Amino acid sequence: MTAANELNLIQPRLLDKGSQRFLLVLIAVGVLVPVLNLLVPESSGLHLSTYTVTLLGKYLAYALLALAVDLVWGYLGILSLGHGAFFALGGYAMGMYLMRQIGDRGVYGNPDLPDFMVFLNWNELPWYWHGFDQFWFAMLMVLVAPGVLAFVFGWFAFRSRVTGVYLSIITQALTYALLLAFFRNEMGFGGNNGLTDFKDILGFSLQADTTRIALFSATVLALALGYLICRAIIISRLGRVAMAVRDAENRVRFVGYRVEHIKLFVFCVSAMLAGVAGALYVPQVGIINPSEFSPLNSIEMLIWVAVGGRATLYGAVIGALLVNYAKTWLTGALPDAWLFALGALFVVVTLFMPKGIAGLVQQYRDMRQQAARNNGGADKVEEKAA
Amino acid sequence: MSVSSLFNELRQTDQVFSFMQPQGATNLNIDKGVILYLEDISVSFDGFKAINNLNLYIREGELRCIIGPNGAGKTTMMDIITGKTRPDSGSAWFGQNINLLEMDEPAISKAGIGRKFQKPTVFEQLSVWHNLELCMAAPKTVFTTLKARLNGEQRDQINKVLTLIGLQDQRFLNAGALSHGQKQWLEIGMLLMQKPRLLLVDEPVAGMTHQEMDRTGELLTSLAGEHSIVLVEHDMDFVRSIARHVTVLHQGSVLAEGTMDQVQSNPKVVEVYLGE
Amino acid sequence: MTYPALTGWRQLVLTLMLLCLSFGSRAATLDESVALLNGSFNDKSTAVQNLMSVGHDQTSVWLQALLDGNLYTDKASNQVVLLVAEQPEFSVQELVSGRTYSSSKSDLKRIMINNALRKELRVALSSLALTSADSQVRLTAVRSLMGSPDPALTERLTSLQLQETNSDVRDAMTVALAINEVRNASKPGRNAIEVLGDSLEPEARNALQQLHDRNPAAAEGKLAAKSLANIERKILWSGYIETLFFGLSLGSVLVLAAIGLAITFGVMGIINMAHGELIMLGAYTTYGIQLLMPDHIGLSVLVSIPAAFVVSGLMGILIERSVIRFLYGRPLETLLATFGISLILQQLVRTFVSPQNRTVQTPDWMTGSLELSPVLSLTWNRIYILIFCLMVFALLFVLLKRTRLGLQVRAVSQNRAMARAMGVRSARVDALTFGLGSGIAGVAGVALSQLTNVGPNLGQAYIIDSFMVVVFGGVGNLWGTLVAGLSLGVANKVLEPTAGAVLAKILVLVFIILFIQKFPRGLFPQKGRSAEG
Repeated sequence: MTAANELNLIQPRLLDKGSQRFLLVLIAVGVLVPVLNLLVPESSGLHLSTYTVTLLGKYLAYALLALAVDLVWGYLGILSLGHGAFFALGGYAMGMYLMRQIGDRGVYGNPDLPDFMVFLNWNELPWYWHGFDQFWFAMLMVLVAPGVLAFVFGWFAFRSRVTGVYLSIITQALTYALLLAFFRNEMGFGGNNGLTDFKDILGFSLQADTTRIALFSATVLALALGYLICRAIIISRLGRVAMAVRDAENRVRFVGYRVEHIKLFVFCVSAMLAGVAGALYVPQVGIINPSEFSPLNSIEMLIWVAVGGRATLYGAVIGALLVNYAKTWLTGALPDAWLFALGALFVVVTLFMPKGIAGLVQQYRDMRQQAARNNGGADKVEEKAA
Repeated sequence: MSVSSLFNELRQTDQVFSFMQPQGATNLNIDKGVILYLEDISVSFDGFKAINNLNLYIREGELRCIIGPNGAGKTTMMDIITGKTRPDSGSAWFGQNINLLEMDEPAISKAGIGRKFQKPTVFEQLSVWHNLELCMAAPKTVFTTLKARLNGEQRDQINKVLTLIGLQDQRFLNAGALSHGQKQWLEIGMLLMQKPRLLLVDEPVAGMTHQEMDRTGELLTSLAGEHSIVLVEHDMDFVRSIARHVTVLHQGSVLAEGTMDQVQSNPKVVEVYLGE
Repeated sequence: MTYPALTGWRQLVLTLMLLCLSFGSRAATLDESVALLNGSFNDKSTAVQNLMSVGHDQTSVWLQALLDGNLYTDKASNQVVLLVAEQPEFSVQELVSGRTYSSSKSDLKRIMINNALRKELRVALSSLALTSADSQVRLTAVRSLMGSPDPALTERLTSLQLQETNSDVRDAMTVALAINEVRNASKPGRNAIEVLGDSLEPEARNALQQLHDRNPAAAEGKLAAKSLANIERKILWSGYIETLFFGLSLGSVLVLAAIGLAITFGVMGIINMAHGELIMLGAYTTYGIQLLMPDHIGLSVLVSIPAAFVVSGLMGILIERSVIRFLYGRPLETLLATFGISLILQQLVRTFVSPQNRTVQTPDWMTGSLELSPVLSLTWNRIYILIFCLMVFALLFVLLKRTRLGLQVRAVSQNRAMARAMGVRSARVDALTFGLGSGIAGVAGVALSQLTNVGPNLGQAYIIDSFMVVVFGGVGNLWGTLVAGLSLGVANKVLEPTAGAVLAKILVLVFIILFIQKFPRGLFPQKGRSAEG
């Protein structure tokens, strides 16, 4: 065992081999996709349509969300059934900015009020809509709104040691309560219809190919940054404490850590990542409505992570991409089959693949190492394993 | 921390916030040579009196063995000292000045009380090294933990403990892969990393071979003096081999106290425990 | 009476007989009166009054027919006829003579009435009903006559009251008379005003209000105000009782939905996200059984209860045996797997039944309402469901506390290994317990089918609420579930008028979220060492 290896085991590096590979692939995608869209002529078989680019962008936003879910579920052991709420809050913050950018181009042509407010006979902008015409303020809110909700919720929940299933159920109640609240017209978020008919972002038309590409690139960048943030947390001592909390919460208290503070920190970071994912999602799909708060959505996120493999960041990303691709494909080809497939996926993954795809990959690696060792390559393998 | 205490803290401008204060700053006062006072403690679960008017004093540097039949309240007593269970009545002081009943588990741990559980609970998904690292006496707030990197001195300290508990070769193995006896050792090691003033050790030799037991005995004896130790144990041979002062618990209160010989010859003790 | 084949001479004899009859004075008035029905609205009004004074035993039938638009004029004979049947052919019956013959719609002209006449008819009919043999009919008649200003009626009521044997009817008559006195007398008696103060009839309130408005400063006016305040207070209390009832009714639905969960979650520690879908299956079973026996709706609901129990129970056992038993001790995984099952069950219903909602018919004995006072009536279906909920609860309670299965269930839930060592076949007990919890979900579905439409999403609407109830009440405690369910139902309904339905629900959810954080083990926590960690 070399000294460098030992050091890695004591304090893992931020960019280990796996992370390097992951980021390389991500950068490759981030470069290739725009090139295939903008520079390859449409007649070519390699050309990527803007529709596909936007679809990929949506998947990558989901992948960021999956990272956020993995951080709390995989590493902290909190099965949140309410992460959709943070995603949706981030989305709404972005949606409010986009709404204000419409200006007087709405159906009613009112320069100050979004259409739905004119429709409700409101005379002035509610106080909480002020500031959302500024991009920087909206972006701040993308982080603050989910962060504050997570903080307040977590402050109460973790302090009183609500854990496990109970916590899951009240996170579900949280997103359900928000779902009901956002359905109300009086809330001032467009009620049932939500926010839509966006025109442009930072002065660029949302319909333009270049804007789409820019949004896609921003999503790739956010995913890479999100990955690095998660990675930085899990390789730190804090990350190890989080895993210790996941496996033996009470024991951690006796060691002297304030478990509720640890949980609160990780939970808030995760909520903010989810908010960013929501903010990237909204301009690409062009709408945000209360259905994003529905408990079903939040549970679907869990299956992405479960399919990919918990407590492996890259697994969450792969799971989100795979499941969403399957969803797009199946809802197009066999609309009735999608929910059957999703349901079966839940059952099969929990019963037969508790470690997800990442677990299968690990199994395959172990098998190869075993084989190599049997072939007499023991020294080489041991080095690898270290 | 409750909302009201947070508010109070915000109003107090003459001192920094409690979460910004240096860690481990609590000064233990043991002027009288007694490190732990348990007085008139009672606790009941659903009408069953687990602890009944218990009085117990531990002197500084002492190695105290607590024995007693099942259900005598040994583990509940430890739960009370470490803040896991709140007694219905009575008082528990750490030294002269630290009221244990007003503190939660992390605060008690920080004040200098370490605990080894009956069932070894190590962090199975972490390596032995990291198990020890987490328990190290160091600032344990969120942000210090996030930024923490081991320095050379701390590494030496971990290596020292690794050697002491004989897990040097397994240091990068996940703790879940250790044998039962090794887990017991690891937990003792984790306790040592905390540098506590008072160690509560619950059945440390269960699942150990005789050689391992002897080594544990030696280790505990050597720790006494510098640390105070409360040892709960079922294995009478082990107790006899290391005990200087023994307390017998029965039905939640102290039945007898003294040297092993005194206790063994006590007719009440013989009746409820040894005579069985 | 029908005259299927009238030969020539028979017809002749009959006509002669009718002629003879028509020469009698009484018959003449009758015929004249009936004939007047063909005339103007004024003529018709006279006809109604005449008919009332003549007192033929069919008068109420005819007047009712006139009110319902079932009286016609035969264009050919200009006779007033009563429509007897439209199917298979138009058949009509002459008034007075009673001759029935078939006709066609084109040969008939409906006798029209106007609003004034309609009102007059109602009063007349009620007045006739005052002498009905059925006390319920008499009571309805008295109440519908309240506020009718006819002085003749006052006389009639006064005389009828003396003979009245039923106390309810007599009281109603007192109120009706008091209303008339307050309305018409220049100086109504103190007694009459006070009588009205104890009545909740809307007419009594109107009369008092009028009296008060006429002269608020006078003694009568003040007395009326006092009586009005009395009424207001009673109405307020009725409102509270109604809210409480609605709350308990909602609560009983919550308890029914949650109590199966209290067993699977509380006793076994299994998070069954498919619980809502088991409720849905129960509701669809009710629907299916109604399709099988469309002629016995009332019976079908009763049959559905055991049927739904069996269907959902078997489905529960299937789920337990095929999935859950591999996940014991891993509650979060169980949650995910059962959620998958819930998606599959929903989609099965969508694919093989229909994505649309289905309506389950309510049997006759569950429709209508129990009228406690004129301002407070409780619908029977909700009352039955409340009673049903309590019965299910009691049954379950006895089952768990008094039977061998219950003992085994509790043993396994507290210490699986020990129970096995004592010879309890834990696998069998697990399956049965889960089946029991699921079966009760099915039974809840039967109850729900009587309140809402049955659709694939029925279960989803209740799953979160059910979890809230169980967690709020304290896991593993049936009493807790009952108290929590009922109190959450009441809280919801108390908040609803001020906050609105959606906000009330949100407030209740937020309350529970905060409550659980303060009392993580619910209202009735389990204590002791076993509850720790």
